Amino acid sequence: MITGSNTDAAQMKPPLRNIGVIGWLRENLFNNLFNSLLTLVTIYGLWLFVPPLIRWVFIDSLWFSSAEACRDIEGACWSIIPNNVSFIFFGFFPEGQQWRPLTAMLLLFALVFYSKNRKHWRQSLAIYWLLGLIVMGGLMHGGVFGMPVVETAQWSGFPLTLMLALFGMVGAYPLGVLLALGRRSKLIGIKSLCVVYIELIRGVPLISLLFMSSVMFPLFLPEGVSFDKVLRAQVAIILFAAAYIAEVVRGGLQAIPAGQYEAANALGLSYAKTMRLIVLPQALKIVIPPSVGILISAFKDTSLVVIIALYDVLKTTKVTLSNPQWMGYSSEAYLFLAVLYFVCCYAMTSYSRRLEKELHAGH
Amino acid sequence: MPDTDGKGERSMHEHNDMLQENLEQPIIEVIGMHKWFGDFHVLKDINLKVIPQERIVICGPSGSGKSTMIRCLNRLEEHQKGRIIVDGIELTNDIKNIEKVRAEVGMVFQHFNLFPHLTILENLTLGPIWVRKTPKREAAEAAMRYLEKVRIAEQAEKFPGQLSGGQQQRVAIARSLCMNPKVMLFDEPTSALDPEMIKEVLDVMIDLAEEGMTMLVVTHEMGFAKSVADRVMFMDEGQIVEQNSPQEFFDHPQNDRTRLFLSQIL
Repeated sequence: MITGSNTDAAQMKPPLRNIGVIGWLRENLFNNLFNSLLTLVTIYGLWLFVPPLIRWVFIDSLWFSSAEACRDIEGACWSIIPNNVSFIFFGFFPEGQQWRPLTAMLLLFALVFYSKNRKHWRQSLAIYWLLGLIVMGGLMHGGVFGMPVVETAQWSGFPLTLMLALFGMVGAYPLGVLLALGRRSKLIGIKSLCVVYIELIRGVPLISLLFMSSVMFPLFLPEGVSFDKVLRAQVAIILFAAAYIAEVVRGGLQAIPAGQYEAANALGLSYAKTMRLIVLPQALKIVIPPSVGILISAFKDTSLVVIIALYDVLKTTKVTLSNPQWMGYSSEAYLFLAVLYFVCCYAMTSYSRRLEKELHAGH
Repeated sequence: MPDTDGKGERSMHEHNDMLQENLEQPIIEVIGMHKWFGDFHVLKDINLKVIPQERIVICGPSGSGKSTMIRCLNRLEEHQKGRIIVDGIELTNDIKNIEKVRAEVGMVFQHFNLFPHLTILENLTLGPIWVRKTPKREAAEAAMRYLEKVRIAEQAEKFPGQLSGGQQQRVAIARSLCMNPKVMLFDEPTSALDPEMIKEVLDVMIDLAEEGMTMLVVTHEMGFAKSVADRVMFMDEGQIVEQNSPQEFFDHPQNDRTRLFLSQIL
């Protein structure tokens, strides 16, 4: 009898009022008076706000019309996007040549997508990237296979944003790791150099670095020598992001117990091998989340290059809005940009989460 | 039991003969070594000669400098005065010499210090591949032999975090052995283990001793000292206070501090 009742107890379902929709509602929305009140206020707020928004976005809106047609509607005029898509995305890249940045961007996406899989992290991946970079460079710059040359001053829009962010990060990461190692070095000279660098860079806003790269830096160059403006902005972004990455990586290095260094040393591994094989793989894994944070802010910070007259995707949108025909549709244009930025940033975070999980699987 | 004792005694006898022969070429020689941590004088005038195949157990109260001393022997700690010569190489600031010595001297730590991001097999082959430049396959084969020797071959593909403390320490011993060291240093290898795991580690160490490995062991396992050591060394306040054969050391300790220590732990 006792055993019987025990089995029953084990298989018994929880009381109905604790499960299902009603259970969930009771548990999460109406579990006491104050929370019930909050729930009601929130529902009222949503009711006020959401239906008009939906009407504006979807019902009263136009998607593929002319600018004139938009004058007569209450809703959103999304037509600004398809009508100006080539300028927003590719800016001043010459008409008729815009398949080139498009192909370059698709190639870039393909490479990024291919690199996502950790099984592909082999030496061949570096070769693919190198080839990809050459092809992308050729596409953008032209001058080969009968493609007319397009100066970097005309590179603009989304490819510029992507390029500054991606190569900014690719350049900044190794530099940041070196700075972090340097800051922990026992050699006073190297250590103080790294500390000064990191603190100086972190002490100024990116805008001032961009200004310096475009206004001050040329002053120090001899007459007639000049560096490409896009390249200078790219270098400024790399130098900036590297200082932040250095501090994040330093945090990861501090989390590695001394025993790991000792065990590696005791095997006779040199400093470089200890770092490469033992310490950095563990430290960099720890700092994936904050590193991605830096990557995301670097991606968004690229919009600051407008300050030195580079036309990233934000600036090309602004230019579109200054066209009298499309003036007044800034909400639609900026919402579109927000979605574009969000999709990119969200892709980064979700990948970092996946990577974290995969790298954590073994231990 | 008497059987094994008899065998042990005979091999002990041969072993002692061997030590006599080796007497002239010590593998480790420490002459008048001092070390300070800041102003604190941790090691005072350490003199030590270790001959090949000798098994030395070092004991003493905590803070007596015994761990620091053996860590000086592969330069995990730097000494400030005196000389340390290992396998004919004097330990100085020359990093190349230090790395050479470290490759010949294996070390087992209290907290195992396995590399958590690598599998057991990768932990073992890392040193041979990157320091000794052994081809990968050869290194893996050797590693599997040593894993069998420490009775843990079936765990080769796991990660350290999936193993018990005793298993991890056996892996750590195998990792050192993969480098074919001439000397093995053990820094309290069983202190971080649960009681039921101590034996499996000590058994591996006893096997190793019987094969003629030169060993310096810092431990509180007096049973191990009695059955395996050629020489037991007692350290206190940074000095080697007393050293003798295990029998003499435990039955007729000469120094008051030794007697006090033994009365506390036995």
